[in-house]
Amino acid sequence: MKHALSLLLLVVVAGACAPAAPRAVTIAIHYSQYSTNQVDVPAGVPITFTIRNDDPIDHEWMIGDMAMHERHRAGTEAVHASRPDELTIPALSTRTTTLTFPVAMTLQYMCHLPGHEAYGMFGVLVAK
Amino acid sequence: MSRSIVFALGLVLSMLTLAAPVAACGGLIGPNGAVNLLRTTTFVGYHDGVEHYVTAFQFAGGGGKFGSLTPLPGVPSNVERGGAWTLQRLVRETQPIKALAPAAFGAERNALDRVEILLETTIDALDITVLKGGGAAVGEWATAHGFRLPADAPEVLDFYANRSPIFLAAAFDADAAAARGQRIGDGTPVHITIPTSNPWVPLRILALGKQGNDPVQADVYLLTDRKPAILPLARGANGLTLAYDQSASKPLLDDLRSDAGMGWVPANGWLSQLRIDTNASTLSYDLAIDVQGHSPSRVAAGLETPGSSDPTPIALTMLAAAMAALILVALREQRRTVSA
Repeated sequence: MKHALSLLLLVVVAGACAPAAPRAVTIAIHYSQYSTNQVDVPAGVPITFTIRNDDPIDHEWMIGDMAMHERHRAGTEAVHASRPDELTIPALSTRTTTLTFPVAMTLQYMCHLPGHEAYGMFGVLVAK
Repeated sequence: MSRSIVFALGLVLSMLTLAAPVAACGGLIGPNGAVNLLRTTTFVGYHDGVEHYVTAFQFAGGGGKFGSLTPLPGVPSNVERGGAWTLQRLVRETQPIKALAPAAFGAERNALDRVEILLETTIDALDITVLKGGGAAVGEWATAHGFRLPADAPEVLDFYANRSPIFLAAAFDADAAAARGQRIGDGTPVHITIPTSNPWVPLRILALGKQGNDPVQADVYLLTDRKPAILPLARGANGLTLAYDQSASKPLLDDLRSDAGMGWVPANGWLSQLRIDTNASTLSYDLAIDVQGHSPSRVAAGLETPGSSDPTPIALTMLAAAMAALILVALREQRRTVSA
């Protein structure tokens, strides 16, 4: 019995030290709308986002605070490829990215291609 | 069976910062995926089962390349340069010039998830391609060929492709137009000949790339052998008004017939002018026409999706036959019960 308790404790500690498996979130884009406009995720664990563009036009999935979005509204960068929180998803294709939100926070995700935000391409991510 | 309708499309589009060219009942795609559409004018002709679609692309200055996508009710048998004065003559017929100035003629994914190129031609500075394909395939083709489609394009392309998977893409090279010596205001009329038994005029495409409250204004001229039935009804409140509705005058028909490619214009006709004055969110329909004056298709008008309960005569006949059969079976069973 004592041996069994020691083994159980070891498993729990090992589990706590091992890197957490990424959580998966899939967001589809159809008719220039995200399939969901609110995503809740746990803070402090990596989240793998899969963004699937079912439209025959390009879209973006840019996640950040309002200041970041304000910069992109006036931005001139045609394609986003080098930052994990800024994705360009070409027509009829899928992109993935993994992000970790260290603390509880609320961010917005949007498409900043001309007219797309106004058409409704925005959502909220809540990490808690 | 079919009579004649004349639609001619003349389109005056312009942009705030970039002057551009454009097409009639087509959605214009500019460099930033959005344009400002001023009042447009449209004419289409239908005679002996053939729709004659005349649209004008007007060079409004500026540079760069622009494109236009126009949904069509059928596969064109020909695309050629249009006549020089058809559009202007029809406008003058319904809006007589009050001054003494002389008339100004002559200045001017399923089976369809891939695109099939049906026709390619060049008219002045316009590169024209007729495509057959589903909405996604046409959108993908357009994107690959430099068209920057606005956010509402995927839904609008499916809206049309589900009823008629034929599109006319026109790419306009403003620099080439300027090099050709085209001046601001010069128009390039295009005459599209479409054999079809189901004429309709794309209107919803005029709102492509616009915000909900953005205004959409257009004039559609119809010339038919007799007074046509249209759908939606011109109620005014729905943004559609019947501004002119009377027998076409002989001088008008003679003038139209004397324009290039317009020899098909019949000796008699009925002229209707439909005025669209609404906003983008209201313009969710097309103009369906029954040239016999009966019941235009709700599907063609975009009020119902294909395969829904569009009460065609065949469907009603089959329904009536099925009901009659059920009644006969019921009567027979009743007789059997009585005789037993």
